[in-house]
Amino acid sequence: MTVFMNILFLFLLVCAIAVSFTKNLLNSVLIYMSFSLVMALIWIMLESPDLAITEAAVGAGVTTVLFLVTLKKLYSVRTGKDKERSAGEEKQDER
Amino acid sequence: MNDKKQKRPFRNRFRSWFDGDTQTFDHVMPMHAQEEHQLSEEERKEYEEEYAQMRERVFHVEHNREIWLFRKCFEIMGIVLCVLMICVLLIAVSYLPPTGNADNPANNEVSQLYVEHGIEDTGAVNSVTGMILSYRAFDTFGETNVLFISGCCVMILLLLDHKAQKNSAIANDRFYEPKNDVILQQVARILVPIVFIFSIYVMLNGHLSPGGGFSGGAMMGAGMILYVCAFGFDKTRRFFSERVYTSVKVTALVLYGVMITYYYIMGANGLENHIPLGTPGAILSAGLILPIDLVVGLQVACTMYAFYALFRRGGF
Repeated sequence: MTVFMNILFLFLLVCAIAVSFTKNLLNSVLIYMSFSLVMALIWIMLESPDLAITEAAVGAGVTTVLFLVTLKKLYSVRTGKDKERSAGEEKQDER
Repeated sequence: MNDKKQKRPFRNRFRSWFDGDTQTFDHVMPMHAQEEHQLSEEERKEYEEEYAQMRERVFHVEHNREIWLFRKCFEIMGIVLCVLMICVLLIAVSYLPPTGNADNPANNEVSQLYVEHGIEDTGAVNSVTGMILSYRAFDTFGETNVLFISGCCVMILLLLDHKAQKNSAIANDRFYEPKNDVILQQVARILVPIVFIFSIYVMLNGHLSPGGGFSGGAMMGAGMILYVCAFGFDKTRRFFSERVYTSVKVTALVLYGVMITYYYIMGANGLENHIPLGTPGAILSAGLILPIDLVVGLQVACTMYAFYALFRRGGF
């Protein structure tokens, strides 16, 4: 069990470092979500299932969704349609 | 109106501003629209040359040693600060006692009392919920207040008032997303009922099994967000509008306040508690913990969903 625990701790460290080094905001939000999920696993292994449920629902679920909505509003998440639209807007601005 | 404005300026202007007039200084101050300054060809050339010279002289690293020095110092100071911060935190962590040690300062008489007398005092088998909602119900009341206030603040900042703004937000809401995504809808059809049932179970069983009001409410909010993502706001507006949100959050807070006041008045004055604790382990036991769990769960679920709706399009 301690081996598994150590692997989870290592994963936490890697996640925490990777969040600050990713250039893409969407990627950092997803890494943050996986951090929360691993944290929920660790809470279960530390025998506090109350916290695990809350961490999984709030940390991995609602916070990530709120981050994603905010990124969408800031046009940081770009899809194919977005690029076409923004290119059209730039052309309009030039006129 | 204008005559009035000139006769008693301040009072009338204040009143008209209060009634919604946005241009209170009309006819009081002479105002002109600003004209854009047109540069002639020579002026523009001169200006561009000056600008290029300035860029070259001031902001170029090779010509200006100070900027180069400043940038280097900035980088070095940043690294030094980070390393110092990490060192301070690591030193602080190294002073913490090891986890699970019997001599830790956390294992004092308070936690011992909670463990030994928890069931007979509160009637809750799950001692965490018994502690949170009965011994320390006042703390949890503060947390519920924080949720209420943060919901109000988000509404103040993000709720759209004007009809035109609202309509444009609604029209642009799903502009970038695929509407009626089949995979998402099928998954939501299976998952949402399970999430809802589990969240209600967690809320109602807060005094028997792990969980409680906050976790159950957060799960219910997440389930509602999934439902909205799959099926759109038209379906949720049938049971969750702005009015429902406001009434639920206010009612939940007031009910919680009333219940907690009952506990505290009875306890402080040495009066007899008339609410039976029941047999520990039964679903209807543990006095007021069950209704408090329900109230907190409703408040949390509404706040989560309202956050999502307000962030996404500024309305319900």
